Amino acid sequence: MFYALKIAMRYLTASKAQTALLVSGVAVGVFIFIFMSALIGGLAEFILSRTVGDISHVTIKAEDRDPAILIVPEGHILAVTERGRLRTATLTEAPTWVPLIESVPGVIAVSPQITGAGFLTRGAQVAQVSVTGLEPGRESAILNLDGYMVEGSARLGSGSVVLGRRLAGDLSLSLGQTLRLQSAGGVSTVLTLSGIFETGNGMIDGSSVFVALPTARTLFALPQGVTRIEIKLADLNAADATALRIRALTGLDAVPWTDGAGQLMEALNAQAQTGYFLKSFALITIVIGVASALLLSTYRRRPEIGIMRAMGAGRGFVVFVFVAQGALIGLMGGLTGAALGYLALLPFPARGDFRPGTLPMDITQGSYGLAITLTVIGAILASILPARAAARVDPVTAIGQ
Amino acid sequence: MSALLRVSELVKTFGQGEAATRVLRGLSLTLAAGEMAALLGPSGSGKSTLLTILGTLMKPTSGSHVMLGVDLVAADDAALTEFRNRHIGFVFQFHNLLPDFTALENVVFPTAVREGRETAAARARGRDLLTRMGLGDRIDFPSSSLSGGQKQRVAVARALMNRPELVLADEPTGNLDRASAMQVMALIAEITRDEGTTFLISTHDEKIASLCRRQIVVGDGLVTG
Ligand SMILES: Nc1ncnc2c1ncn2[C@@H]1O[C@H](COP(=O)(O)OP(=O)(O)O)[C@@H](O)[C@H]1O
Ligand SMILES: [Mg+2]
Repeated sequence: MFYALKIAMRYLTASKAQTALLVSGVAVGVFIFIFMSALIGGLAEFILSRTVGDISHVTIKAEDRDPAILIVPEGHILAVTERGRLRTATLTEAPTWVPLIESVPGVIAVSPQITGAGFLTRGAQVAQVSVTGLEPGRESAILNLDGYMVEGSARLGSGSVVLGRRLAGDLSLSLGQTLRLQSAGGVSTVLTLSGIFETGNGMIDGSSVFVALPTARTLFALPQGVTRIEIKLADLNAADATALRIRALTGLDAVPWTDGAGQLMEALNAQAQTGYFLKSFALITIVIGVASALLLSTYRRRPEIGIMRAMGAGRGFVVFVFVAQGALIGLMGGLTGAALGYLALLPFPARGDFRPGTLPMDITQGSYGLAITLTVIGAILASILPARAAARVDPVTAIGQ
Repeated sequence: MSALLRVSELVKTFGQGEAATRVLRGLSLTLAAGEMAALLGPSGSGKSTLLTILGTLMKPTSGSHVMLGVDLVAADDAALTEFRNRHIGFVFQFHNLLPDFTALENVVFPTAVREGRETAAARARGRDLLTRMGLGDRIDFPSSSLSGGQKQRVAVARALMNRPELVLADEPTGNLDRASAMQVMALIAEITRDEGTTFLISTHDEKIASLCRRQIVVGDGLVTG
């Protein structure tokens, strides 16, 4: 079939302008395919990193015990909770589980936490806050506190507290000042403000305070265990599978971030569907373009096909000559389009540096190999119809005696 | 001389019903090995139709066609393609060469298509044939740049490439001036003598026909002389 390939190449080089146009057309289709892949992939990456980059990917929460229920004769239900014993659902075995969870593949950080509600007092001013006790040394495991610091440091020691710029503004706090933090259970402690951060998230900047785990232990009267374990993964998309693994390993109720994110997932899915749709159209355009060009060429070369058949070329040989032309056009167009796509994506910021207001084009998600492969396959499929038409040419009428 | 091919009671009808034209009406013919024969007859008498059938490019409506002991009426397309490649050469009046290929590439085509590539041996024979046709200085010229007479000589060289037993030429000189036509015919006569190839050449030109040892005249769908 080497000889058929030679003839196919000769046909393509014989009409250079036509071949160049055809290859350009295919290249444009491939370019669009790659551009769409990079955009849809980059967009998903961008949206995910904005929404879930800073949150726990898999979370284990202590389950609150159900309050005791009394049923009174009138048919009402009374739920009874006793003050002071309100909370304290705990993950008591946390110290043994943490290393176990850390060993699960794909887990990059584990953060045992004690969380609860409290009041922050500075002079006559009081603010209601949500308190998170973080293990010193793992302050930035989930939320990148270190990266968001505007004053002081994220490092938590006993007696230190870190909070958001908005809350600091509300209470007119400055670094090094002391303030009083009281838990809902009534325990209070005096802390020094050692760091101020700004995440851009109003909830966190305005009402979250971070203390060292031992401080939270005292505040919430939890001599052992934690109330929450947050886990960060290397791959966001592996959350479901990893949660299942952790559940099987520890028996704890590990919840992936996707559980509460149905709408986000739907939106991303819809976006991906749109991408497939547009990419399919790019491929269909390629197939139609190649098929019509080759069909025209088949028609134009009818006498030559007749001569080749008369000289002893079989139908298979003729089919191969035209399919090879299709494959070569697909390959050249695919390579050209992929190269142009790559060059066009080069000026865009890398995936880690996406900024709001610019197109988040991810050059690593261009699907170059897929684009070239699908284009070659598409071009081969497109050439089958013209190739069969060529093989059916009757040499007698084609030579036209 | 031994018989190379025999056709008998050949009938060829084009179309069906009232529109049907009966071009061959039970024609019989035998060609001996090494013959150089002219096929004479007015335009529309069925010369091309007969050559097409003898060349296995078309099957007769009825009748028998045997060449080199092979029943060519019963053979399928793949077998006929192979047979044609090995045993039959063609020279047509128009549309003879592949325009995007050189003279040499055209000549070696019948061998290359069988062997899957252009071998050095095939190229050597192609060059030799072109030189014998007086085209030693046109070997690597694009075929589209050659004159009409040169093109027909390339076509004769190509028809001889696979050393076929039979070469069918359908008005090969119909497009040529008298001098070119005579040159082509002289070369054909020389090869018939040297290689023992059988030539059947259709023409309506008595002068051309007179250069052949045998004249076969067709008329009314039959051999009349
Ligand atoms: N494919 C065809 N369909 C219908 N009629 C045909 C076909 N080929 C040839 N004929 C008719 O057959 C007759 C003989 O044609 P042809 O063999 O070309 O004669 P010649 O070569 O002697 O001029 C003509 O009348 C022509 O119109
Ligand atoms: Mg004719």
